[in-house]
Amino acid sequence: MGAQLLILESDWLAGQLKVLWQILLYLLPVVPVTIELTLLSFGLAILLGIFVGIARISHHPLIEKSSKAYVDILRGVPLLVQIFFIYFGLGKVLHLSSFVAGVLAIGIGYSAYLAETVRGGIQSIPKGQYEAALSLGMTRAQMMRYIILPQSLRLVVPPMANDFIACLKDTSLVSVIGMRELTRAGREFYSQYFVDFQTWLVVGLLYLALTLGLSRLVVWMERKFKVHGLGEKST
Amino acid sequence: MIIEISNLVKRFGKHTVLDGVSLSVEPGEVLVIFGPSGSGKSTLLRCINGLEGANGGKIVVDGIGLDHNKEHIRQVRAECGMVFQQFNLFPHLSVLENICLPQRAVRKRNPEEAQAVAKKLLERVGLLEKKDAFPAQLSGGQQQRVAIARALAMNPKIMLFDEPTSALDPEMIGEVLDVMKKLAKEGMTMLVVTHEMGFAREVAKRLIFLEQGKIVEEGRPEEILICPKSKRTAEFLGRVL
Repeated sequence: MGAQLLILESDWLAGQLKVLWQILLYLLPVVPVTIELTLLSFGLAILLGIFVGIARISHHPLIEKSSKAYVDILRGVPLLVQIFFIYFGLGKVLHLSSFVAGVLAIGIGYSAYLAETVRGGIQSIPKGQYEAALSLGMTRAQMMRYIILPQSLRLVVPPMANDFIACLKDTSLVSVIGMRELTRAGREFYSQYFVDFQTWLVVGLLYLALTLGLSRLVVWMERKFKVHGLGEKST
Repeated sequence: MIIEISNLVKRFGKHTVLDGVSLSVEPGEVLVIFGPSGSGKSTLLRCINGLEGANGGKIVVDGIGLDHNKEHIRQVRAECGMVFQQFNLFPHLSVLENICLPQRAVRKRNPEEAQAVAKKLLERVGLLEKKDAFPAQLSGGQQQRVAIARALAMNPKIMLFDEPTSALDPEMIGEVLDVMKKLAKEGMTMLVVTHEMGFAREVAKRLIFLEQGKIVEEGRPEEILICPKSKRTAEFLGRVL
């Protein structure tokens, strides 16, 4: 009896492993789509974020106020709603594909978080750096481009990395507008074969592998871009 | 006159920091400004190159009036090299780049030209061998000498020194003062806020004692240091000498 149960159990285990393997094979080809979505939308978020982050500290009241409104609105509305809004609203007018709409929605949504990160980085640069640049006769634009931004962008690599990982996970939201990325593919598999727990386990593990890999990359980048004495308050 | 200041007033909120300061500086003159903290010495220097906007009075530097015109302010800044208490080198740039970048950005020099100027100046302040180091790898005294070289690279007509040795360990003060003395002997117009009275006695043509935003006394170093006319000056000198 005992021996029979053991055989049954090992059969069951082998069967389960085979199922998981099948799911993995089904999902792996879709992983690049998720990576592509993440890179494009985060790239857009960085560009917009730097722009809005600088606008946030502008002395011009209209620029400062409108950039604050931009950040407040985007951070105050769920990303899922923003995705619907862009896909069904803007997307229907401009005939955007679900991919483009997804990249736009996530990119714009995350730019609000990045703008705050960039603003924090800029504001943590000591006043003396501004004064040194100005006293040498630089224009404000030159000062930002050569002195302030290069330093603050290095300082914001770690907080930006958090945003990046969050962004990767949030690409799963675009599955709701029919974009076939990792989560969507998982749902497909599930509705074809009705294995729920196993499917979502593999989907979860794939996201985990991606985010852990990214964290490693970030640690490496931090080391590479580290500048002596940067971020420490000069005394 | 290379600098002409008349009736300069600067307020921070309700607090009046400079209360009607008038001052003229001749080309090649070395002027030492001293006084208790909060007397407005630093603010005076910072008004001259437009880091602080004045609330009243007039400043003319090398024939350019400091008004609200940004271009004028920039022209004045390019003529006034400024050295700060905290050095304010750019930490993300090497020593050489600290000196080259502003030349390229402001003076529009090409990279070779800028490098040649930078190397010559680094040699002058005795730090050529540190050209590839980053600021954080240098001692305070070395950083300040690089900062002086960086300011000189813009070929300023005037150098403003805002307590250049106050943040330094005692053994490093000498090396910075030596560079400044050399500069003074070469005929640079210098305005120096400092409490280094030895330096003042040796190189200053004129001393100014500032208190509560007003010039209390001014004169040649031997007059002021030995027999000050004002009681306040005497008291202050008694404490710092």
